[in-house]
Formats: sequence, C-alpha cells, structure tokens
Amino acid sequence: MNIIVCIKQVPDTTNIRIDPETNTLVRSGVQSIINPFDMYAIEEAVRLKEKFGGLVTIVTMGPPQAEEALREAISLGADEAVLISDRAFAGSDTWATSYTLSRAIQKIGKFDIIICGKQAIDGDTAQVGPGIAAFLDIPQITFVKKIEDIKDSLMRADRMTEEGYDIIESPLPCLITVVKEINEPRLPSLKGKMKAKKIEIKKLEAKDLDADPDSLGLKGSPTKVVKIFTPPPRKGGQILEGEAKEVSGKLVELLKGEICL
Amino acid sequence: MDYLLTEEQVMIRDIARQIAQEKIKPVAAKYDAEGIFPWDIVKIMAASDLCGIYIEEKYGGTGGGAMELVLATEELSKACGGISLAFAATALGTFPIILFGTEEQKNKYLPDIAKGKKLAAFGLTEAGAGSDAGAIATTADKKGDHYILNGTKQWITNGGEAEVYTVIASTDRSKGARGAAAFIVEKGTKGFEFGKKEDKMGIRASATRELVFTDCKIPKENLLAKEGMGFIVAMKTFDQSRPGVAAQAVGIAQGALDLTVQYMKERKQFGKSISSFQGLQFMLADMATEIEASRALVYACARMLDSGNTKISKDSAMAKLFASDVAMKVTTDCVQLFGGYGYMRDYPIEKYMRDAKITQIYEGTNQIQRSIIANHLIKESAAK
Repeated sequence: MNIIVCIKQVPDTTNIRIDPETNTLVRSGVQSIINPFDMYAIEEAVRLKEKFGGLVTIVTMGPPQAEEALREAISLGADEAVLISDRAFAGSDTWATSYTLSRAIQKIGKFDIIICGKQAIDGDTAQVGPGIAAFLDIPQITFVKKIEDIKDSLMRADRMTEEGYDIIESPLPCLITVVKEINEPRLPSLKGKMKAKKIEIKKLEAKDLDADPDSLGLKGSPTKVVKIFTPPPRKGGQILEGEAKEVSGKLVELLKGEICL
Repeated sequence: MDYLLTEEQVMIRDIARQIAQEKIKPVAAKYDAEGIFPWDIVKIMAASDLCGIYIEEKYGGTGGGAMELVLATEELSKACGGISLAFAATALGTFPIILFGTEEQKNKYLPDIAKGKKLAAFGLTEAGAGSDAGAIATTADKKGDHYILNGTKQWITNGGEAEVYTVIASTDRSKGARGAAAFIVEKGTKGFEFGKKEDKMGIRASATRELVFTDCKIPKENLLAKEGMGFIVAMKTFDQSRPGVAAQAVGIAQGALDLTVQYMKERKQFGKSISSFQGLQFMLADMATEIEASRALVYACARMLDSGNTKISKDSAMAKLFASDVAMKVTTDCVQLFGGYGYMRDYPIEKYMRDAKITQIYEGTNQIQRSIIANHLIKESAAK
C-alpha cells in the first residue's frame, strides 16, 4: 500500500506575536513545526504501512527550510520525502497550492491513499486536502476519526460530524483528511532520526511538473487579500436595571434604534 | 557547557528529553502517589529505540555504551527519578550478561532487552548482606546439570516486573566472597517467587521487591562466568552501573533546579520576584555550579568506561558519591526556596528531595564509595 502524506510547516503558535503596526505575523525567532494535524496524518500513514506494508512518502510545498519538516517526518517512520519548492510557487492561495500539490503527486507516481491533516493551524482553511482530491479527480473523505477497514481496494472510515459520525466507504485510491481523534502520534525513534539525517530529499521545481504556469503562485491564485486588520476590541454592553416590566419596553426601543427590528 | 557529544548522542539525549517532558512529567505525581509501575513509558522508550542504546548492534542494540546510558538516564530522571529506574535498573541487571555472558547467553537474552520487550534486574542485597556483600546467604548447589537456588534477595529494583534476573548466590559458603557465583534466572522458573512490594520514601514508581528462591532449579548454562567469580561479577557490574546512578542523581538535581528557577521568577514577596534577592540568587548559582561539576565528573567517567579502561573503580565511586551528595543538597535547598509550598505535596518539588535520598544509599552507600576511593588512594601510594 503506497501512501502519500501532505504536510505543511507552520509557525509554532504557542508563542506567536502579531506586529501591531503591520498586522502580520512576527516570523523572526518563531520556531517552525509540522502542522499539528499533519502529525496525525503521518502517524496514520505509518500505522497503515506497518499493517499492510508499502511505502509512506511525505510531500510538502514550501521554502527550502521546509526540508526540516520532511526530515522530522522521516524520523517518525516515513520512508521518502519530496520537497516542492520554487519561487514560482510564492504567494499561492489554497487553489494554487492544491493544484501544485496535485501535479507533484502525479509526478511522484502510483499511490493508494493520500492523507492530509484536516487543516493547517496558520491558515485554518481546510481547503487544500479536498482541493487536491478534486484536481486528481479521486474520492475524498474529510475529518476522518477512524479507518475501520481497508479491504479489496475499498476503505471504510468514520467521518466526524458535529452530532456524531458518518460511516463512509470509498474505493481506492482516495484522499482522506484526519482529525486529532484518529490516533496518538508516536515520538521519534533513534533509528528514525539516524535515517532522517542521511536521507536524500527529492526536490521538485515548477519546470519538473506538468503544470500550467498561469495556475501557479500568486498569478494562479484567485484569492486577493484586500486588507488585513485586527478587529477592534468589543465595547462593554449596556445593562438595563429595574423591574422586567419596566425595562422591557426600554429594551425594545433600544433594539429598534440599533438594529431596526 | 558543551560536552562535545556525537550526533547520535545528541539524538539520544533529545529523544529521552522529549519522552521525559511530554510523557513522563504529566504522570510523575500520579505514579509516585499510587506506586504505579511505568509500563506505558517503557513501551514508549522501546518504540523510540532507547532500550538498546548500551547494547551492541549484533545483539539488537544501537551499539552505544556508558555515555549513551548516562545521557538518557539523566534526561529521564529530570522528570521522574522513579520512572527512569525501570530503564536504568534494567541496565544494571543486563551488565553482568554484557560483561561476562557467553555468546549463547548474549544471543538468548540481549535482543529482547534491547528491543524493550523484557526488563532486567540485579539481585545481590539480602537482609543480612548489604554493604557487606560477602555475607550473602543465598545458596546455589550443583546437582548434575542444574543448580538449586535457595534464599531471599531483598530490595530488588524492577522485582516482579523484570523477566531476566542476574542473581548472586553462594556455591560454597565456607569461602565467603570467593564462594559466590552469578546466575541468570528467568521469571516464571519454578521455585522463584516474589515477596511483598516495598512501600518506599521515594522512587515510588519503581518496583522494589524480594526475590524468594525455594529449591529453584536452573540449568547450569545459566551460570555467568565461573563459580567463585560472583563477587567479581558484582563489582565489575557496579563499576559500570555507578555512572548510571550518578546520572540519575544529576537528572534529579537538574530537574529540581529547573522547577525552582521558574518558581522563583513567579513568586512575589515584598513587591518583587524572589529571584531578584541576592541571597537566593547565590543559592541558585551554587546549585547550578555543583550540578555542572557532577555532570562533568559523570560524563568523564562514562567516557573512560567506553574507552575500555578497566581501572575505573575509584573514578566510578567518585562520580556516584559526588553526584548523589549534590543531588541531596540541591533538592533540599530547592524545597527551601519553595518555602512552605515546597513542603506541600501539591507542589512537585518535595518529590525530588525524596527521590534524591536513595541515590546516596543504593549501588553501594556513599560511605562504601568513600572506602573504595580511600583504599585506592592508599594502594596507589604504596605502589609509588
């Protein structure tokens, strides 16, 4: 069973600061980590490999330093790693990112399952996983909290919903995104770390992909960020005191004035 | 201080640190209070390849030695001196096999220990034979292809939890220490039972029990080295394992100091953090310096062992003596710096003081260590 896991390197949000002048993340001095939800994706892939055999390939799109995230994934039990990195990818939104990742996955070759974390903790869009499935034209199961079974090229998985969960069956190959309930990621092993140190990371640039240049990077991104701002702090509410009968009329008057009942 | 560790040693330290901080720290207080043996943590250590870091590659380990053992023990002990013992006491029980085992014995026992499938333990101490190890009363009588063991070992770390026990017993009591021999005994052997689990002051997540042998029949292939060499096996094992106890002491002391510095920054009296008071700052400085000195001594000793130097008894004793005395002093001062809160079980610091005490007592009391050091000094002087 060949599994591809898409991961993202993100700033460690436990000690993040926003520059009050520019309203952007202060990235200097902030440690980068593997997106926490992707840790569950890596663990699930390694468990599937341990059960069914095969290879786990980790893929990330990012700047050259994203290689650290790939090496960490290797120390956790993955077999191969691919870094998709090119200046042409800069400024990609979720559409362009999904497109680029899907082209890279086509280049990597045959796979049975693609696993992504449900979302990244920096952008919080949860769009890239489903986007990849769409571009590759394969089925997807999002928010998977348990893989019940994989048999005869069919996966049965539990998709978490707000009320409970759905049991969904999908033919392979398919893409799943996972939630933190799916497993408890292991810590790195010594042999894994030694392998991570030595492993050669495969690198893919724009020219290596069969991709439409106009669909890459900022040019290929329909999302336009018009303005970023911190919402002003909420002002304190107004408290009406007195008997219910007395104040209710006043309240109605106020509401009429404020939000035009 | 930079100890010029190899890349692999840094990896081992980092893995042990991550296990300690992420997995051990959250359960340390509970396991201490309830005396829970840390099998869940042992499984994590095994999955991270920590259990075989002092065992040769051909027996399933990763080929390190004493230095790797002390690095891991120190990091694990920062979070809990009791939980780290499941790991460190296994090394103690395994060293007799590493040092004196035949190829068959090594092939039979080391791979499972290296993979963390089995724990080991070492049994020397008895009710009437502690510091005076030559006074052991457990006997091993040779009957044909077997030895018959009778007697009781006391306060055995990992007792009942370990699968593999190296036990010192006498094949000839009339010869005293020269009549002792070392044996490998597997859990489950008929006539091998465990006594009560001891209720201890500290290291409460570690299991300490009696090993009771009643006409326990073991094959003669389980003899380590030769008859009469039991005492040498024990002493050589301790030379090897004392830096491990010393590393446990360094870890306990460092763990306590780390908590104390953090607490002192937060605790306010007279309108400011107590870390701003010079009298208390001096205490911190002294503790940090003494811990670093112990660490340097322990690492130097571990490296000496790994270089193959066998004249290690004096240095090994010095490391154990110094590091454990420092751990006791540091943890006592850390409780002092926490003040009234430090005396309360709601705060984690009193546990470090309870855990530190044993490091001055076991694997040879610190008085025995001083005797070893002094005897070497006198012998060296006579040889000049």
